[in-house]
Amino acid sequence: MKSVAMLVVACAAVTTAMAQPAKQGPVQHPMAAQGTPPSVTVCIGCHGAKGEGMSAFPRLAGTGQAYLLAQLDAFANSDRKNPVMQPIAQSLKPAERQALALYFSQLPSPLVASDPAQPSPTDTGAWLATRGRWADQVPACAQCHGPGGSGVGGQFPPLAGLPAAYIAEQLQAWKAGSRPPGPLALMAGVAKKLSDAEISAVAAYYEKISASAQTSLPKAVPGVPGAAVTPGALNPAAPAQTKGSP
Amino acid sequence: MKTELSVSNFRGNGLLLFMGTMVAILLVVTVGGNMLFTRFSGKPVPLVSAPLAQTPAAQTTAVASPAASGPGASAKPAAVTAAFAPPAENEMPTGDYGKVIRLGQQVFMETGQYASRYVGNSLTCANCHLDAGRKADSAPLWASFIHYPAFRNKTGQVDTLASRIQGCFEYSMNGKAPPADDPIITALQTYAFWLAKGAPVGMPLAGSGYPKLKKPAQPADYARGEKVYAQNCALCHGADGLGQRAGDKQVFPPLWGPKSFNWGAGMHQLANAAGFIQANMPLGKGGTLSEQEAWDVAAFMNSHERPQDPRFTKSVAETRKKYHDTDDSLYGKTVNGHVLGSP
Repeated sequence: MKSVAMLVVACAAVTTAMAQPAKQGPVQHPMAAQGTPPSVTVCIGCHGAKGEGMSAFPRLAGTGQAYLLAQLDAFANSDRKNPVMQPIAQSLKPAERQALALYFSQLPSPLVASDPAQPSPTDTGAWLATRGRWADQVPACAQCHGPGGSGVGGQFPPLAGLPAAYIAEQLQAWKAGSRPPGPLALMAGVAKKLSDAEISAVAAYYEKISASAQTSLPKAVPGVPGAAVTPGALNPAAPAQTKGSP
Repeated sequence: MKTELSVSNFRGNGLLLFMGTMVAILLVVTVGGNMLFTRFSGKPVPLVSAPLAQTPAAQTTAVASPAASGPGASAKPAAVTAAFAPPAENEMPTGDYGKVIRLGQQVFMETGQYASRYVGNSLTCANCHLDAGRKADSAPLWASFIHYPAFRNKTGQVDTLASRIQGCFEYSMNGKAPPADDPIITALQTYAFWLAKGAPVGMPLAGSGYPKLKKPAQPADYARGEKVYAQNCALCHGADGLGQRAGDKQVFPPLWGPKSFNWGAGMHQLANAAGFIQANMPLGKGGTLSEQEAWDVAAFMNSHERPQDPRFTKSVAETRKKYHDTDDSLYGKTVNGHVLGSP
């Protein structure tokens, strides 16, 4: 059922995209004018019309250009294995891969996620994401991928809202050595230190974080034991300051 | 002309791409979307933490608490050198006392948010004291707690932990010192006290401070350091050393420039920087750079301009003579035609 629905959506997206030039006339194609690479049609069938990701297919919108290009190149030369992506990437010219990486990196990401202010040490996924496991030199995911896994710069892709199955597959691939180790082999190094249970937990954490995506840190409830203190509360200049009151 | 070309390309390629896409989609439908994406091994996923993958011994330079950081950690084999283990995170007390400990941890990790009045840059305490001040060889807080009060050459007096932390705000955070009885200082000391639970007061403790590396075989060199930096550091800290942000949040700290630590901070000293870098950088790959590389890249990092030493008096030369008269500091030295510390 899911697959059929996906086909319908994909067909609709592709058909819509294909219908554009005819409607707009041959001289001024608005998509081209906006810098949309023609080859984008090959992506949006699975990754969504705005690169937002669909079902098991990861979001591309707002993902770093350098990262996207490295992945397309790796699929093209078969360093990174995937039966769908390899032939597609191989069919693209290097210039097309560059244009696509730039295009999707510039599409706005729908998510501004944040981590919980007080993750529980017993919540394996949240703890790995926000604190890591430094006894084994495993940094927190957020130390490179940003708060809430929102992505940092060109090389550290967003994690928030990616399908858990996709994240877990990638970590397992790094762990098994079947995905290229990436810049400085950072991810291969991390993945090899993670147990299967930890991989599942952290993957589930980032899939779920999109559902509760917020634009800022959750505010604390003053006086509630264990609750976070609102940032700025200790600054005399801040309005929340209560210094001097009885 | 260009537009027409791209349009005709679009039409020509578009049809092929369209067909290609449809074939790909049909393939997905036929085989089943999930099957095409290599499933992770198909093994059942255990519900509870499985034993952890073994870590090569060479990578476990820091021997922090087995229970130090969260679940699953207790499965690690004991390290060669018994190091002090701070209490596990889930042992943090609750109630009014626990709230102050937690506040200290929050100040430590989100310093700019929780102590903004006293912070003048984009750094947090945890940038240099990794794992929220727990990590051995990364100037852990538990070691600081049992080390003070202590006489320091830098101040020429016995500093308490409170006055030592005030110094962090003034130099490393390029801000200003909170009063010694400020709730921020109290919270940080309380957090340090809790982390030091069971540590032998006044005794030398493995993992304290940053490792003291041997003098480098070759004097620390800017040009060699530049190469080390480009290969190992620029990915995260940027070619310009200014770090990287995600939205309004600094993720990778700036190593130099106006938003980094100032010329009075301990990290501007080559021995501190080299020790920290060799043990802890790149993040998660501590111990992989050679000591020579660590010295060289420390020299490269600290050959860039940063905020003035707040103790500045009269001139750079005078200030160097007074506070930086050692090979460990490049303040006042000329690098690439620029006198470090001068405007």
